[in-house]
Amino acid sequence: MSEASSQQDQVASDSVGVVAPQCAEFDEPFTMENGATLPFFQLMYETYGRLNADRSNAVLICHALSGHHHAAGYHDADDRRTLGWWDNCIGPGKPIDTNDFYVVALNNMGGCHGSTGPTSNNPEINEPYGSDFPQVTVGDWVNSQARFADFLGIDSFAAIIGGSLGGMQAMQWAIDYPDRVRNALLIACAPNLSAQNIAFNEIARQAILKDRNFNEGRYLAAAAKPMDGLGTARMLGHVTYLSADGMDLKFGGDLKNDEASDYHDVVGEVTSYLQYNGEKFAGMFDANTYLLMTHALDKFDPARSFDNDLVSALKNATARFLVVSFSTDWRFAPERSLEIVDALISAGCDVSYADIESLSGHDSFLLEIPRYHRILTSYMKQIAESLVT
Amino acid sequence: MKQADDIIIDLVNPNARVLDLGCGDGDLLCRLRQTKSVTGYGVEIEHDRIEGCLARGVNVIEHDIDAGLERFPTNSFDIVIMNETLQAISEPRTLVREMLRIGEECIVTFPNFAYWQCRKQLFFGGRMPVSKHLPNEWYDTPNIHLCTIHDFDMMCASENVRVISRYVFNQNGRQTIATRMFRNVLGVTAFYRLGRAS
Repeated sequence: MSEASSQQDQVASDSVGVVAPQCAEFDEPFTMENGATLPFFQLMYETYGRLNADRSNAVLICHALSGHHHAAGYHDADDRRTLGWWDNCIGPGKPIDTNDFYVVALNNMGGCHGSTGPTSNNPEINEPYGSDFPQVTVGDWVNSQARFADFLGIDSFAAIIGGSLGGMQAMQWAIDYPDRVRNALLIACAPNLSAQNIAFNEIARQAILKDRNFNEGRYLAAAAKPMDGLGTARMLGHVTYLSADGMDLKFGGDLKNDEASDYHDVVGEVTSYLQYNGEKFAGMFDANTYLLMTHALDKFDPARSFDNDLVSALKNATARFLVVSFSTDWRFAPERSLEIVDALISAGCDVSYADIESLSGHDSFLLEIPRYHRILTSYMKQIAESLVT
Repeated sequence: MKQADDIIIDLVNPNARVLDLGCGDGDLLCRLRQTKSVTGYGVEIEHDRIEGCLARGVNVIEHDIDAGLERFPTNSFDIVIMNETLQAISEPRTLVREMLRIGEECIVTFPNFAYWQCRKQLFFGGRMPVSKHLPNEWYDTPNIHLCTIHDFDMMCASENVRVISRYVFNQNGRQTIATRMFRNVLGVTAFYRLGRAS
């Protein structure tokens, strides 16, 4: 047996295996909600599973703040670090079952993983856009994803699924394109950002803007990039994704036990953990994209165009909804999900809701929590069955 | 023989907007959707039952009924159903009030604690009744507010609740002339369709 095939064998049977990203190019100009126009754009994407004959089994995965198109499988079978960000949920026999569905994941416009964004070339000046890249909104993403769906030849998605900022895109889809989404799965989501959410985002942005290497966003050509600021922004964000109890568990920090040595161990562990995560993130993410994404989050509020009435905003939606929250999520707490659920009920929309017990805070939506995955499986199986008839 | 669900289905108007409190695995809502084209939601707290609802495409909201129903707006449903759950609720009287705030009407079903078999076990055996309908021992029963048909009638009267219709099943799942006459003795399960006082 050759080395390559033995490596291949190690890829689990419920994995989509080795996948290659693709690029969709759009030559028609794209006008954003703020009036800015991109003369053309491209979106990186991956697909898993097969599109069925009547093109009815497509599922769109919308990513959150720092996500991208590589949601499942490996880019390199030999390198486990190339695993997709939601691999535990997407694959044959997994909750989003690629035996049933044609799963599409993309990198959003404004991203930094190959889709047109601040690191792309601005054709007008033949230099990277940098901070000149127009401010995208969740609505812009949804409009660009609709163009992307046209490109793939998909009239309507069996489901659009997203956690956090991804869930907001799924909600916006259901409002803006009711005929093109049959199920919207909003996980660890919120109908808009609280003042506290915005405050955390603003601190993260200040860390980037005040980095000595930021240079008003024109750092791409320079040797030094605003790594410290981006790393600090990520550290702050990361803490808001965890829960207090979850962190105590992770760092073995029973701070009530006030033996000095234990205390210092916790300090050391927390420090090195945050440092590691901040640096790792800063090494692979773009600071301008981080600014764009957090601004898009801050501005998300589909009720705003409907007299601040979420019920009116959702009245046109015809999709069925599944809303899932996590008990220790304080970034988008269960109460925020319930606001969505109550508005959907008042709007007469089909909705189901589950609150999952978890110690892992907002990050739970990425984890393989048994009840969470059973809920997704039950819901997705029923969609798959409705496709067969 | 008619099942309890058949009676409830008969009591629900076509195309009604239904809220089913303690909806189990969604079987009743599923049948109501098929036979009466209703829309609506189930409310459930048990995890496996919630998954059961999702698997059959029934809308289900995870919620603890004992935590109150304030989140459901006044007059937001045509009918609110509470099937064999009332006796397990911490404040059944408040709940009936709430059901009639949220819904135009409500359907409540409960086991009759004055059924003669229950009386017999208590009278002759001197022990809390255990039966097919009340299968738990006193120490592990979820049924903390058992009542009789007579008790429930009294509550309806004192709460100024209008009894639109009432069915009482005997042990064979039938309503007979005898169960009509001696409902508090022969009735195993009671079905009430309630409305607000006119």
